[in-house]
Amino acid sequence: MNAITPPALVEALALRDALPEDRPLNLSRRGLLGASLGALVLGAALRAAPARAQAAAAAAKPGTRVPAFLEIRPDGAILLKSPFVEGGQGVSTAMAQIVGEELDADPARFTVECAPPGADYLVVNGMRITGGSYSVRSSYATMRQLGASARHMLLQAAATRLGVPPESLSTAPGRVVHAASGRTLDYGALATEAAALPVPEGVALRAEKDFRWIGKPVARLDVREKSTGKATYAIDMAVEGMLQAAVQHAPRLGGEPGAIANEAAVRAMPGVHSIHRLPGAVAVVADRWWRARRAAEALEVTWTAPAAEARNALPADFSSEGMRAALAAAPGPGNAAETEGDAAAALKGAARTVEATYDAPYLAHGQLEPPSALARWNADGTLDLWLPNQAPEMFQRVAAQLAGIAPEKVRIHSPMLGGFFGRHFLYDAANPFPQAIQLAKATGRPVKLIWSREEEFLRDALRPMGLARFRAGLGADGMPVALEAEAVGEGPIGRYFGTKPGAADPSVVEGIAGKPYAIPNRRVAQVPVKHPAVIGFWRSVGHSMNDFFYEAFLDEMAEAGGQDPYALRLRLLAGKPRHKALLEAVADLSGGWKRGPYEAADGTRRARGVAMASPFGSEVATIAEVSLKGGEVVVHDVWVAIDPGRIVNPAIIEAQVNSAVALGLSSALLEEVVYADGAPQARNFDGYPILPPDRMPRVHVRIVESGAPMGGIGEPGLPGVPPAVVNAVAALTGQRIRSLPLSKTRLGAA
Amino acid sequence: MELIINGTPRRVESEADTPLLWVIRDELGMTGTKYGCGAAQCGACTVLVDGQPTRSCVTPVESVAGLPVTTIEAIGEDPVGRKVVEAWVAQQVPQCGYCQSGQVMAATALLKQTPQPSDEDIAAAMTNLCRCGTYNAIAAATRQAAQG
Repeated sequence: MNAITPPALVEALALRDALPEDRPLNLSRRGLLGASLGALVLGAALRAAPARAQAAAAAAKPGTRVPAFLEIRPDGAILLKSPFVEGGQGVSTAMAQIVGEELDADPARFTVECAPPGADYLVVNGMRITGGSYSVRSSYATMRQLGASARHMLLQAAATRLGVPPESLSTAPGRVVHAASGRTLDYGALATEAAALPVPEGVALRAEKDFRWIGKPVARLDVREKSTGKATYAIDMAVEGMLQAAVQHAPRLGGEPGAIANEAAVRAMPGVHSIHRLPGAVAVVADRWWRARRAAEALEVTWTAPAAEARNALPADFSSEGMRAALAAAPGPGNAAETEGDAAAALKGAARTVEATYDAPYLAHGQLEPPSALARWNADGTLDLWLPNQAPEMFQRVAAQLAGIAPEKVRIHSPMLGGFFGRHFLYDAANPFPQAIQLAKATGRPVKLIWSREEEFLRDALRPMGLARFRAGLGADGMPVALEAEAVGEGPIGRYFGTKPGAADPSVVEGIAGKPYAIPNRRVAQVPVKHPAVIGFWRSVGHSMNDFFYEAFLDEMAEAGGQDPYALRLRLLAGKPRHKALLEAVADLSGGWKRGPYEAADGTRRARGVAMASPFGSEVATIAEVSLKGGEVVVHDVWVAIDPGRIVNPAIIEAQVNSAVALGLSSALLEEVVYADGAPQARNFDGYPILPPDRMPRVHVRIVESGAPMGGIGEPGLPGVPPAVVNAVAALTGQRIRSLPLSKTRLGAA
Repeated sequence: MELIINGTPRRVESEADTPLLWVIRDELGMTGTKYGCGAAQCGACTVLVDGQPTRSCVTPVESVAGLPVTTIEAIGEDPVGRKVVEAWVAQQVPQCGYCQSGQVMAATALLKQTPQPSDEDIAAAMTNLCRCGTYNAIAAATRQAAQG
């Protein structure tokens, strides 16, 4: 599995690990009262953690200590503590398939929960995150070996129990079999003895040709409980004696609560326990959440203007429109990310040139479960936290610093996530748990804090706005000979982990750099411009907009060169058999490439667009078919051919591609966070529409297993969708949309 | 006031204008019904009031006093609800699952009123949002439940 390239996020985490200890720490060590609650930084969360992690890991390599992961109950039920958190991507089922395959246990017998913080679970390059579409591919070998070790221990225990040589034993799902005597022992009856045995090393793995569960459409483990309301999320948690809290944040980030005009009146409202001033917010604690929320919203707060030194304070005149202008005005040439040949010279010598500028807006995550955190201080000085998160150890570390206690005194509970899409990392001012810790301390009671949807829209960490300038040179034959691209802005990798001086932030250029096309002279660069707003990771990160920019501009190059966009891509991929095969696969899936416009059976006039993307270790080719209705785009069908190299569960892959298509389409058609006067204008889904059911296209998926190193699944289906749709719109209408979302533009037939 | 929740009379003391959602979740402790937006936008809070799919996050509790309220917790007690759940499992509908209580309630309401819905009926009735984009699976499962 060495050939796997980690996503930029994981590389950045590793880089951060390697940094010297003398780099300034963004977090106060003064504990709860002195800690800056606003200063939560993903990168900082790992500071000083590696030494501890490595010391603990010295005792046992992460992912090897079987009892830390597996508990087999007397009835044969298997509890797996997974390194990863389930949030809809299917990783719990995948882990059960992988471990079960080697353990020889039916995945259906597994219960999977996210493991607490601990060195055993740092299986992602010595760290742990659920993100970067990296869970399965980074831990596949480790988790297989873990299952094989566990099976070996069960065989040893059975050999001792039966007084026979281990070689005389085999297994069938869930039990050890002694064929010679016909005796069998259920795993559940052997588990205690097996768990006490030393963990073996180098146990042989099952041959891939004998796989029963890996590679099969195994049913998801959580579907029934999610279909009957029994699944519990952080927002559903309750503990004895718990109070509930709601907050009202400063409308403009950086503001602090000043006078409260009606504090006494609000304190007298039903169920109200207490009112609290927090950094950047006021809170009401009550017996029930609705009472807390109504009281919190009733508070008449005078917000102070942000202090000059306030962290992340938004300027009073900050607007998304102004930000777009600032990105457009930022001069190149920027920091090169990819250079091949001599693009400048080739542009000068080109028969003709094409230029265009593209942009995409800030986006909200819009996961349907609003963020929450339940904090409970215990009599022994420990702290329990139930909260949505994609990185338990990082949250533990920051919580400990805020609480002023040692990390091992903070127990992090990671319930399943009601969607995440990058929302639940540590971001400045975007996580409720610091407030919950403080409120629980102040009240002496466990406190569950829920952010209303309106507060969530106010403090979500945004997919950055982005803008890219392109110049291409074409030869006399219409083929591209040169491409210059400048991606302007800032990405979450640069924001939270930094970049070396003069280097491009990979999360700004990915999807513009790293394309497979044979354009001989290229220069792709980042022009750095900081975002005043808090930015974060959003499903497929830079790819979420950059593949739109690039693939739409590639269609412009095709048009300028008098070429069909599909035929041009095939020519540019002549030396890339994996990509060429995938492009041909999606064309085949769609019934053969046809651009249109043409008349469909229902009389509508339609056209198709094509796009490719290389995100997160997988390759994807996408075709979309569109028509117009009332000036709006109707997307009828989306065909996706995805090559993740090797797979674990084709049914989950198909579901994830459907999901990524929906989110990609939602962003292309509808989504835009608009800031004006330092505040977001939409505070709920009425002002920030997301894809409704009646705009969901049919989705057709073909999985291509090329045998390449395993790639990601959760994110790769997204980036091809916006350009495929926009390219189809151009084919249908002649209108070339260079700024998303499409809802900004009234479209008319050509 | 007295509510009838899943066939059982329940005395509640929340303020009369409290949204039904929060009475169900906090006072009655039934968390299967979800809070998504609080503004009748997403439908994660859908329950049945006298058989009608109702967005409980904007429904004052006093307005349902004395009316039968059905939540996801009682889905297995309804023959149509059971068919819907089995179709949801067969089609492997949920991803993150957070909206699915509301989706299942909406589908159950539809099929109780229109046992053989057309695709247009399904589109008109199934308007709840799903950020994971399970819409095609939801429509397929609803069709399957109607047949099953």
